[in-house]
Amino acid sequence: MTRILKHRLFWPLIALAVLLAINAITQPRFMKITVRDGELYGALIDILRNSAPLMLVALGMTIVIATRGIDLSVGAIMAVSGAVGLTIIDSSGSPENLGTVAVAVVVAVLVALVLGVWNGFLVSVLKIQPIIATLVLMLAGRGVALLITGGFITTVNSGPFEFIASGYILGLPFAFLLAMAAVAAVGIFERRTALGVLTEAVGINPEASRLAGVRSRSIIWSAYVLSGTLAGVAGIIYASNIKAADANAAGLFIELNAILAVVLGGTSLMGGKFSIAGTVIGVFIIQTLESTILFLGVPSAQSPVFFAAVVVIVVLVQSPRVHRAGRHFTQAIRNRGSSPVPADSEVAA
Amino acid sequence: MTNPADDDVLPIVQMRGITISFPGVLALDAVDFFLRSGEVHALMGENGAGKSTLIKALTGVYSIDSGSIVVAGQAQEFGSTHDAQAAGIATVYQEVNLCTNLSVGENVMLGHEPRKGGRIDWSALHREAARYLSGLGIHVDTHSLLSSHSIAIQQLVAISRAMVLDSKVLILDEPTSSLDRGEVEQLFSVIRDLRDTGVAILFVSHFLEQVYEISDRITVLRNGALVGEYLAKELPRDELVKKMIGRELDDLAALSVASSRPIDRATTPVLRAKGVGKRGMLEPADVDVFSGEVVGIAGLLGSGRTELVRLLYGADKAETGHIEIQGSTAKVTSPRHAIDHRIAFSSEDRREEGIVADLTVAENIVLGIQARKGWFRKVRASEQDAIVREYIEALGVRPADPNMIAGNLSGGNQQKVLLGRWLATAPKLIILDEPTRGIDVGAKADIQRKVAELSAAGLSVIFISSELEEVLRLAQRVVVMRDRRRIGELTSQDVSLDGLIDFIANKDEGTAA
Amino acid sequence: MTTMEIAPPERAAKNPGLQTFLGRHASLMPTFAALAILILLFVGAQIYFGNFISARNISALLLDNAYLLILAVGMTFVIVTGGIDLSVGSVMAFTGILLAKMLGTGIPAVVAVPTILVGGAVIGLLIGVLVQYFNVQPFIASLAGLFLARGLAYVVSLSSIKVEDTSLLWLQSTRLKVGDWYITPTGIIALLVVVVGALVMQFTRFGRTIYAIGGSESSAHLMGLNVARTKVMVYVISGVCAGLAGLVLTAYTGAGYPRNGIGTELDAIAAVVIGGTLLTGGRGYVLGSMIGVFVYGSITTVISFMGAEQSWTRIIVGSLLLLFIVVQRAIVARSERRR
Repeated sequence: MTRILKHRLFWPLIALAVLLAINAITQPRFMKITVRDGELYGALIDILRNSAPLMLVALGMTIVIATRGIDLSVGAIMAVSGAVGLTIIDSSGSPENLGTVAVAVVVAVLVALVLGVWNGFLVSVLKIQPIIATLVLMLAGRGVALLITGGFITTVNSGPFEFIASGYILGLPFAFLLAMAAVAAVGIFERRTALGVLTEAVGINPEASRLAGVRSRSIIWSAYVLSGTLAGVAGIIYASNIKAADANAAGLFIELNAILAVVLGGTSLMGGKFSIAGTVIGVFIIQTLESTILFLGVPSAQSPVFFAAVVVIVVLVQSPRVHRAGRHFTQAIRNRGSSPVPADSEVAA
Repeated sequence: MTNPADDDVLPIVQMRGITISFPGVLALDAVDFFLRSGEVHALMGENGAGKSTLIKALTGVYSIDSGSIVVAGQAQEFGSTHDAQAAGIATVYQEVNLCTNLSVGENVMLGHEPRKGGRIDWSALHREAARYLSGLGIHVDTHSLLSSHSIAIQQLVAISRAMVLDSKVLILDEPTSSLDRGEVEQLFSVIRDLRDTGVAILFVSHFLEQVYEISDRITVLRNGALVGEYLAKELPRDELVKKMIGRELDDLAALSVASSRPIDRATTPVLRAKGVGKRGMLEPADVDVFSGEVVGIAGLLGSGRTELVRLLYGADKAETGHIEIQGSTAKVTSPRHAIDHRIAFSSEDRREEGIVADLTVAENIVLGIQARKGWFRKVRASEQDAIVREYIEALGVRPADPNMIAGNLSGGNQQKVLLGRWLATAPKLIILDEPTRGIDVGAKADIQRKVAELSAAGLSVIFISSELEEVLRLAQRVVVMRDRRRIGELTSQDVSLDGLIDFIANKDEGTAA
Repeated sequence: MTTMEIAPPERAAKNPGLQTFLGRHASLMPTFAALAILILLFVGAQIYFGNFISARNISALLLDNAYLLILAVGMTFVIVTGGIDLSVGSVMAFTGILLAKMLGTGIPAVVAVPTILVGGAVIGLLIGVLVQYFNVQPFIASLAGLFLARGLAYVVSLSSIKVEDTSLLWLQSTRLKVGDWYITPTGIIALLVVVVGALVMQFTRFGRTIYAIGGSESSAHLMGLNVARTKVMVYVISGVCAGLAGLVLTAYTGAGYPRNGIGTELDAIAAVVIGGTLLTGGRGYVLGSMIGVFVYGSITTVISFMGAEQSWTRIIVGSLLLLFIVVQRAIVARSERRR
């Protein structure tokens, strides 16, 4: 078992290491970490902090993909969650109050959870294809978020709320710690309980799992609830970061980045065996790439071109065709000095 | 044994010295194989004998390491399936390889649609398709969707397509697995017609009786090597089996004691089903199973055997009737309910409904227990290791590696893993639907022996098999089904194989049993 | 030769004519449903607004959605093979702004237009090759295409570029009138694409191969069809359609804008699915997708008539898509049970 995991994490880790090395070599200040007021700063720390929303979304996406599903609505759920949270804070009259912020966050995440329940219902009870089921919310969700904010970009000034995205605890960004806590919690829960292996069974062979007595429905349903909830938290972090609720921009393309992170980490889109550690590495690769691109002075709007290249490289590396070609190549080099192949023996009847 | 050198006319397909190896495995070792026009030739051998490898060499799926293939006098080197098709070799696989979303006519003519001025001429297409179909005596609405027809008809459409391609060689790979008796007759009549027009037919099947019914010649492979080529009428059945497995059939004969074991039927039955049925699936039926008893369910394909047990297990929801477990009425509308009542079910389709391919053998075996415990309470590692080791050993799973990916095991070993999964849940009743189908004779014997052992120790078993001898060997009672209803019951002791067949075919439903 | 009559068992048909019709044309049912919805929409809007069904409105319906219509035709080809193309919105934006830029720098339209079509084709080719020869899932491969095209659009220009070229603007400004009905060259282009698409799907071997692949790729391969080339070609076609859509959209708005088409692929997919094409492939019609586009367009028109916010369009389309899917599933489930 560990052999397989090691193999799967090998390439992603190498990719991440290469990326970091390129950065370290071309700009030394990339690796520099400074300490100010007991808080760490630097390009690497930025990567850790900025990766939080994607980490949460990709975490949920990993589990959903393991059940042979997909959640395209996470970006829209982020937008809704941000809109709900900010509207509560904005209309409360006491945006600085910690209690108000707490309520706003809790309600926003609960709304996101309910949206996850909705997705799960469509997929596990009505048996609608995940792409279509979550496409519905992807289409409609942003519209709903826009309606909540009345079409405007609501902004707030709230210390406690801003802390979520910019605050520090124990020297590290709070957002990063929050994301890591979620990763640890989900990871431990999946492997300590049987949820992980049962999820894999459901993803690999849903009918066999049903006949074996596995409660597929609740496993699949809970995957979407988890995904929605985590997207809700991600939405709060995002809103906290820009101190506003932007229904159109929140989480734009994040579902695609999340799927990419999951695939980079070695989990197959066909469902079944999954790797949370792989997803974490995948998220860091994406985040590092984004930072690298920004550092190179490329306008962030053009960065998708690099991501296209990443996707292509990743799939080429993982492709069996390329492996085969590589094997033939090394074989040919090895055979250069050996004797010629014997002629076919024709056996007479 | 026949010798190609004695032929008057050159065989249309001559394969000589075919050798194919994969990393670590020599699949075919210098095998010779010949197909003659106007003949039905059966290829026999256990799983792993090299049958499918040889066929894949002939159909262009695999390339050969050494040897030669000559078709109609021309040396061939098949680089792809298209090359084989171009050489006149057509194949109809077990899973009918047609497009069910298209019409019958289109399937027949796909790739060769008649065209008029660059566009497809649909009326001509349907006319031609109908012509090919009726040429084989098949009358189907060519406009209808292929998916609206039974597998049997779909197979016949696939064969018609082979004729459109003007094939000289027709390979039929396990064509009768999903057909009932009537459909097999239809298929065989089409095969005979084709043979009489000069097509060379290669027939692969596990059903010995059918092989003898239709084949003129038989080639036997064992462990990748050629055992010999024989005329069917000169090779008795037990000799054929001996050549296939290389050992005597005594193991199986010894089991006939099992069905004569006395069963105490005075106690409460482990399971009593009364009037269990579902519209469009099964007429209300009754079944009783007592402790330590093996109840066989026999009937033709499509008679409702699987439907009945799926209703008993809750895999499908029954609409009528009720079930009593150990005397008290029980609700069994989902597999979970059945499992809670200590009933286990090993499905017919072990690949789609049984084995979770990417999980390990260990995870597969523990799955039943784990599913019952739920998400939260994981089976402890030490407990898991002990259980897995026990069942791998008891059932003889090869290779005996708990960390092997289950999908890589052979069919027989997968069946054993599945059995292990269910036995590990310590059921009171286990339902086995075709547990020995498509697996080699050695594994078959192992499983049958295990079933006999366990039932003697008190486990109740419901056993479905298309091989009636197997049923008579293991079961004390046999429930007989026909056309989705139960038509009667027999005591194995009191009936012979012929008697059972007669009962299945002719028993008048009016009389009680 | 024995003449054994082999025929499927007689099914006691209550209504044999209808039974045969349904048996033959089961895959048309979803498209008929879409048509029914379109009619309902029109009738409902007519009752509510009084002047909905007018020559002017219907002509505008076609022209306002010409770009989506073209995208939907290309998307139909891809989805029927069981694939999906998420890049079309971005490719449309990229080709649109590239066209604007080329025209802006004096390159004549006769050169610029074919160039952007080739551009769309190349991106489609990239996706197709990834899908077919490297076994990449269409979702991921077209995702790469989406990233590439979106980034390239911004590389061409970070902001919008107005088009002054009269040969392009002519496509949108010219109106051929018949009474109150009018159509522009862009509308004609869109309709032509629909007609050509439908004919290819129905009457060419290439088109039938597409359906075969959607039904069962392995069977299609074993039946000797050229699966590889066809699968790559559908993505190329989708890319060319995206290029055409870029042309049409740029002519329509009079400018290229790199932020165009965000989410438009979803609108195209929704239109295709509402129009009766199964996302799993093997069934669907180009004409159905056209109906789906008109449903989408009608909803947008109704929303703007009502003076409500445009964000409602996506909500309603989303809900409609959901309703459609649920009904489709129910019908499929029932027909499977009957058999």
